[in-house]
Amino acid sequence: MKTRPALLLSTLAVLVTTALAGEVTIQLPTETATLRPGKGVELAQANCFTCHSVDYIKTQPPMPRKFWEGEVKKMREKYGAPTPEEAAPTLVDYLTSTYGIPNTKKP
Amino acid sequence: MHLRSSLGRRQFLRNASLAGAAALLGNRAFGADTVTLPFANGERPLATFPQKRPLILQTSRPPQLETPFSVFNEGILTPNDAFFVRYHLANIPTSIDPEKFRLEVKGRVKTPLTLSLEALRHDFENVEVVAVNQCSGNSRGFFVPRVGGGQSGNGAMGNAKWRGVRLKDVLEKAGLQADAKQVTCNGLDGPVLPQTPDFVKALDIDHALDGDVMLAFEMNGAPLPMLNGFPLRLVVPGYYGTYWVKHLNELTVIPDVLANFWMATGYRIPNTPGACIEPGTTTKNTVPINRFNVRSFITSHADGAQVTTKQVAHIRGIAFDGGSGIREVLFSGDGGKSWQSAELGDDLGRFSFREWKLAYTPPQAGAAEWKCRAINRVGQSQPMEALWNPAGYMRNVVETVKVTIA
Repeated sequence: MKTRPALLLSTLAVLVTTALAGEVTIQLPTETATLRPGKGVELAQANCFTCHSVDYIKTQPPMPRKFWEGEVKKMREKYGAPTPEEAAPTLVDYLTSTYGIPNTKKP
Repeated sequence: MHLRSSLGRRQFLRNASLAGAAALLGNRAFGADTVTLPFANGERPLATFPQKRPLILQTSRPPQLETPFSVFNEGILTPNDAFFVRYHLANIPTSIDPEKFRLEVKGRVKTPLTLSLEALRHDFENVEVVAVNQCSGNSRGFFVPRVGGGQSGNGAMGNAKWRGVRLKDVLEKAGLQADAKQVTCNGLDGPVLPQTPDFVKALDIDHALDGDVMLAFEMNGAPLPMLNGFPLRLVVPGYYGTYWVKHLNELTVIPDVLANFWMATGYRIPNTPGACIEPGTTTKNTVPINRFNVRSFITSHADGAQVTTKQVAHIRGIAFDGGSGIREVLFSGDGGKSWQSAELGDDLGRFSFREWKLAYTPPQAGAAEWKCRAINRVGQSQPMEALWNPAGYMRNVVETVKVTIA
């Protein structure tokens, strides 16, 4: 027996078009994951969503504040995220308390 | 076959509505089935993307899709619709006209080229290779201590027959200038924000000219799926997927070493034997990730499988390495105390998965740990204990499947 759980995803529009000219066009499924509520969620909404979906955050293992500090720093300094420096600690607080190991102290 | 074994090793299918897992998934509108990869926070939806069967959804934008492990027991070639997907930057092409597509070859060459797919197919010798593509971070979710990044199980790999032309032939047609040192490879995918570093990778010139590196336009006899790099991708046999640039439209020969984020900061491994350091520590002594190490898996049985004592169990699996080829696969039915040699399947080339199989009769009832260990033709093998590095790359520990013998 082969399970075909994808049938349950029928709400997703999945199209592949091959026109006569040979052009190949795909339509990506609608993105549905959303951020968990919490203090600072609006910062994550404004600063993380532009470049990637929420599952980049929510699939991370349970990690301490230091990890999320490093992520925010990497996004600002390496990937050019437009997060103001003064907003970074609040964003780190949100990520740690919502997706990380809560109660890990600020350094 | 019950659901657990149909989905495969170390994953099990779980109906979200029955298990009440919808809350854990957070506002997913569709009532998707999920798989649970066997590490903390390992629950993932299954999702169907264009030209793909349901795959493990790691991230949706940009798409990162993992192959359910059971696929590797279906055959030695990984079907295109099950092949894993990994992008870095979310500005990915969703519509490409192959007649208008062009590959530019420029930089330190004597004659810059602009090649259509038609020109590539007809002006250069077409070649084929069966080769494994594996994400550098395949199996990252199993690292202890855990590290950040894509949290894959063992399914960020696949084996396909690639058809295309040699990078060597294209570079030689353009003609290299004397100071050529690397070839940078860029594709149509790019960043959302202009200040984010574009995903560009580089190969040393000797590597680019070795005759193995290919510009591929077909995969398993069909055009590449869009999400696997349509209409042209780099195939770098034996090397981690980070070099296999998708939607490849720009080759630039440079007189120095590319020092962008993706070469100089990302995708670096400790410059130590086994690319490992003390777990939880860091090092500044690094080199770019390069060839695969040796890996092997049991594909016929998953954790929790039940077999019967004193009856033959037909055990099967795969093994591969960075291009030396697999010499031997050993199997242990007793957690590594004793080993026996498995029979190797057809040899599809030194870059391919190599099938192995063994008829094994469990001598006694009880819980058992089955292990497999491959050895390549230059004597390299797999460690019994997992090695660790900060980025979670290159996991190749001897794998264990826990079975019950009744």
